[in-house]
Amino acid sequence: MEKFKKLNSRAIPLPIENIDTDQIIPARFLKATNKEGFGENLFRDWRYAYDDTPNPDFILNDERYGGKILIAGNNFGCGSSREHAAWAIADYGLKVVVSSYFADIFKGNALNNGLLPVQISEEFLKTLLDACQKDPETTIEVNLEEQTIGLEGTDHVEGFDIDPYKKMCLINGYDDIDYLLTKKEAIAAYEQQRTF
Amino acid sequence: MKKTLFDKVWDAHVVERIENGPQILYIDKHLIHEVTSPQAFAELESRNIPLFRKEQVVATADHNVPTENQHLPIKDALSRKQVDMLTANCEKHDVTLYGLGHKYQGIVHVMAPELGITQPGMTMVCGDSHTSTHGAFGTIAFGIGTSQVAQVFASQCLLISRPKTMRITVNGKLKDGVLPKDVILYIIAQLGTNSGTGYFVEYAGDVFENMSMEGRMTVCNMSIEMGARGGMIAPDETTFEYVKGREFAPEGEEFEKKVAYWKTLKTDEGASFDKEYHFNAEEIAPMVTYGTNPGMGIRIFDTIPFDESPSFAKSLDYMGLKSGEQLLGKTINYVFIGSCTNSRIEDFRIAAAYIKGKKKADNVNALIVPGSQQVAKAIVSEGLQEIFEAAGFEIRQSGCSACLGMNDDKIPAGEYCVSTSNRNFEGRQGPGARTILASPLVAAATAVHGKITDVTPQEAEKEEASLM
Repeated sequence: MEKFKKLNSRAIPLPIENIDTDQIIPARFLKATNKEGFGENLFRDWRYAYDDTPNPDFILNDERYGGKILIAGNNFGCGSSREHAAWAIADYGLKVVVSSYFADIFKGNALNNGLLPVQISEEFLKTLLDACQKDPETTIEVNLEEQTIGLEGTDHVEGFDIDPYKKMCLINGYDDIDYLLTKKEAIAAYEQQRTF
Repeated sequence: MKKTLFDKVWDAHVVERIENGPQILYIDKHLIHEVTSPQAFAELESRNIPLFRKEQVVATADHNVPTENQHLPIKDALSRKQVDMLTANCEKHDVTLYGLGHKYQGIVHVMAPELGITQPGMTMVCGDSHTSTHGAFGTIAFGIGTSQVAQVFASQCLLISRPKTMRITVNGKLKDGVLPKDVILYIIAQLGTNSGTGYFVEYAGDVFENMSMEGRMTVCNMSIEMGARGGMIAPDETTFEYVKGREFAPEGEEFEKKVAYWKTLKTDEGASFDKEYHFNAEEIAPMVTYGTNPGMGIRIFDTIPFDESPSFAKSLDYMGLKSGEQLLGKTINYVFIGSCTNSRIEDFRIAAAYIKGKKKADNVNALIVPGSQQVAKAIVSEGLQEIFEAAGFEIRQSGCSACLGMNDDKIPAGEYCVSTSNRNFEGRQGPGARTILASPLVAAATAVHGKITDVTPQEAEKEEASLM
């Protein structure tokens, strides 16, 4: 997994609430057997009309906006457990997703793919969304070691929580399988002592 | 210390606790299907590690399979490749597979309980969010991502933080015509789609105690739709009776020993939950959704609420509906009875009992998709097939079908579908499709009348009076 410490980037504001994983990547695109190429169909049905022409009103088709950070409305990533949603976002080139709330499974999937979910307060989310909508050149600074996010060069900064173990994994590029493989003896011992 | 049902099952499966971090949770059963497993098998191979406990993994093909002509090769090349890859991976790693054509094939959350693979007190995972279904047996069961599928392949364990606990109690007597689906849709409408995030739910109270296992599965299935990782119901005689005698259930003395243990899996008197909610069964009516998340539900006779938020407006715009409008009486051209929420034999018995002697309305396309080959067989042997066919319903072969439209079973853009599935997200049943979630009874009545219909006794009487 790629290491993550700090990121300064422009951001894409997407102020829609309850964005479910069917919107992030519709089910009909889940037929691949590898992890690559899902970025092409990220937000497919919002990004393109049914005849595949780009929808000019959707933010990803607005050339003024870009960057490696997605800022989305409350309760991001609800619904299906498809990790394809995290793969699609990462494959599109995004490194951080910001929201005031994340669904559990999506959050875990993101972290397992080096994509950082940053959960902030509703108020601060509004501050970031407003700033990025008003000025597409706005730069957001995300510092994982310090656990802070803010508007670069300003006092508008907020802290965020992250599981210390997951933070360690992201900073060092480790993943859970590496860790679990070191625990096989304990797992086998557990299997032996079970009585039910 | 007093423990909840969740605490008892969780604590029994903790291998190790990492300081300031997640816990290593042992997984008893790992269910897999064709969509979320190929990249996990590839992960094992890229690291050159074996599948750790192959006998604890069971596979089926469900998401991508056609529901017609299952004996022929799958037409869609990408779907065929995924299903073929599942077969190849299962052969290579020696995993039990109930693939297309096997008598046990079916939607993973219908197949495993009916075979007795699902048993009380277990931990179960699957790369599918509706794994919460199995909680109906007093099981800790939840959906995982593909990276976690690979973790369980590699170690039979997951690194996971312990969720908080919530109890939802519903007491009282449900009105006639109010089904388990209505109960869970009502709860989600009251609490909202992210109310359960970070929690594991226990459903308690006499409404759930009096429910069949099929009903309990419907309820637990939709726990994820309020954001909860899973939902559980304490195992009782109904549970033991259901498990007994099934293909993979323990037998004889072993079964009795298990039951003695399963009986201990109840929340202790006085155990505390991080959050509690109480509802009254009498308040619950048949439910329908009007928006694009399962929390946007109303009682069938209510009107669509007003809400100023742009997300709410976007949702109603997609659905072609307006605040203040009633869904009752709305013309509907598509009805789908199926999915891991409502495709068990009991669901079809309920639908058939209503449909018997009636015909579907001319404008309606009504699709019946059994959850498994075994359910399909029962539909025939119990005589339900004749009822459905005489009424003009189309019966298909088992799979996830129009719940998520990965195969050809899609609802056309702009059309409404009264569906017994679990998600009314934009485009879920096909690009532009508009989903209205409901119980199998409301779906059956809608198919017969060609419009959304309330069949609770008091409403049915009104309808008859209006015809006289």
